[in-house]
Amino acid sequence: MQFSVSKEEVLETVKMLQAENLDIRTITMGINILDCYADSGEKIGQKIYEKIVNSASNLVTVGEDIAKKYGIPIVNKRVSITPLAMLVNNLPADEVVIIGKYLDKAASAIGIDFLGGFSALVHKGFTKGDIALISAIPETLATTERVCSSVNVATTKAGINMDAVLMMGQIIKDTAKLTQDRDGIGCAKLVVFCNAAEDNPFMAGAFHGQGEPETTINIGVSGPGVVLNAVKKHPTADFGTLANIIKNTAFKITRTGELVGREASEKLGVPFGIIDLSLAPTPAIGDSVADILEAMGLERVGTHGSTAALAMLNDAIKKGGAMASSYVGGLSGAFIPVSEDEGMIRALNAGSLTFDKLEAMTSVCSVGLDMVAIAGDTTADTIAAIIADEAAIGMINRKTTAVRIIPAPNKNEGDIVEFGGLLGRAPVMKTNQFSATSFVNRQGRIPAPIHSLNN
Amino acid sequence: MEEGNKLIITVLGKDRIGIIAGISNILAEANVNILDINQTILQGFFTMTMVVDNKNSSLDITTLREKLSKKGEQLGLQITTQHEDIFKYMHRI
Repeated sequence: MQFSVSKEEVLETVKMLQAENLDIRTITMGINILDCYADSGEKIGQKIYEKIVNSASNLVTVGEDIAKKYGIPIVNKRVSITPLAMLVNNLPADEVVIIGKYLDKAASAIGIDFLGGFSALVHKGFTKGDIALISAIPETLATTERVCSSVNVATTKAGINMDAVLMMGQIIKDTAKLTQDRDGIGCAKLVVFCNAAEDNPFMAGAFHGQGEPETTINIGVSGPGVVLNAVKKHPTADFGTLANIIKNTAFKITRTGELVGREASEKLGVPFGIIDLSLAPTPAIGDSVADILEAMGLERVGTHGSTAALAMLNDAIKKGGAMASSYVGGLSGAFIPVSEDEGMIRALNAGSLTFDKLEAMTSVCSVGLDMVAIAGDTTADTIAAIIADEAAIGMINRKTTAVRIIPAPNKNEGDIVEFGGLLGRAPVMKTNQFSATSFVNRQGRIPAPIHSLNN
Repeated sequence: MEEGNKLIITVLGKDRIGIIAGISNILAEANVNILDINQTILQGFFTMTMVVDNKNSSLDITTLREKLSKKGEQLGLQITTQHEDIFKYMHRI
């Protein structure tokens, strides 16, 4: 067959790969573990370990082979499992901690950096297993390296489980305390969700949802650098043109993910799930979502106009991505984590980005308050109130929102918290000093919202 | 459609004598057939895209890529080697 791509198109692709950090961010294999039920933590742990090692032993090799074949970096290979809480209904928390250690061992055995699914879905209420798992989170995150945890506390259909929100405020505090020698890094592996996505391939919030098949391959594509360069080339284009430019770019990025996903699925003999087209920044220069917003015309992210710019970016990415693949899912949008994005940190240091503006921006982006460091003496009640606000945004807007917040022990506003690697570093943000204690301690659920009378 | 065996080699940099010779030598040694060459020189800046067939290649794509890239360093050029599918996927449905 004749090769029919023009020279300009070839050079554009090469530039994306060479100069603009286009990569496949993650190949995440979802594995159902419901058949690993047993009557003790030790036995369940062993069964899950075997299942993961048997199912995903060649995940890393296949990922590396595809990366070599196409000359495109595949940064992470990861595994997500069924929310573990479903398997531990008869176990006390200390036995769940044992399972966590087996998960860590399994991740290490197959050579992956993170494994998600130490999770519970409690938006409507708790099972015994949910309570055991949640109680086991702090110790698990402190004593393992690769296990990621998430808890879904709210949905649009069920409302917000405020008892779970309050509990998670305390769990986050406890996790920070147990990892205080490392600036509370345990909290960087813990996400509190509203409307959690069942097929999200991105950590720390990945888990293999109930509606998923036995195993599946989900792909996370990124590419803030590619979008940034496209936007920069058109500093005065009107909004319609700008939206088209972003859509075009998102389309091309997603197609690359489609290619890799199809091939990975075939080579692993595992059904292809979805592509998650998310602009996920990294601390690398030029790999920043904040930079894109600034290239759209903001002097610094966080200033007036930031929410509008982000809303447009997020929507254009979804539209471009949806055209490129039959199966787009996960979170798909722009991530705005603070510690992982140089531009966000710059805006914070300049005094442009505040906590309140960040929260406003989360109402139009994918995910939410992500990798935000706050003072170590912030109370559990205040953290619960922060989670409640974020969950409310997700519940009312029918979207996923999340809180990944680090009350860094012994740190105060302006101090720098260092997590290292992909997690980056962040200055401690100022939170509101007034109390919400009486509100978050009321108990019960915030009822699900009405779906008519939309104003 | 049979599985694609074509690679796209791109060369970017300052024009000089021996660029195509250097690259085609490596390809000939590896038993890789050149199907198409498209080259332009704009104000001394050399860009070339080359479509090659590596069906009978004695080298795997990674080794070939490294060899060409090393040659590029010697000549002061950036040489990339990519599988054709990535271009097809990105620019065509």
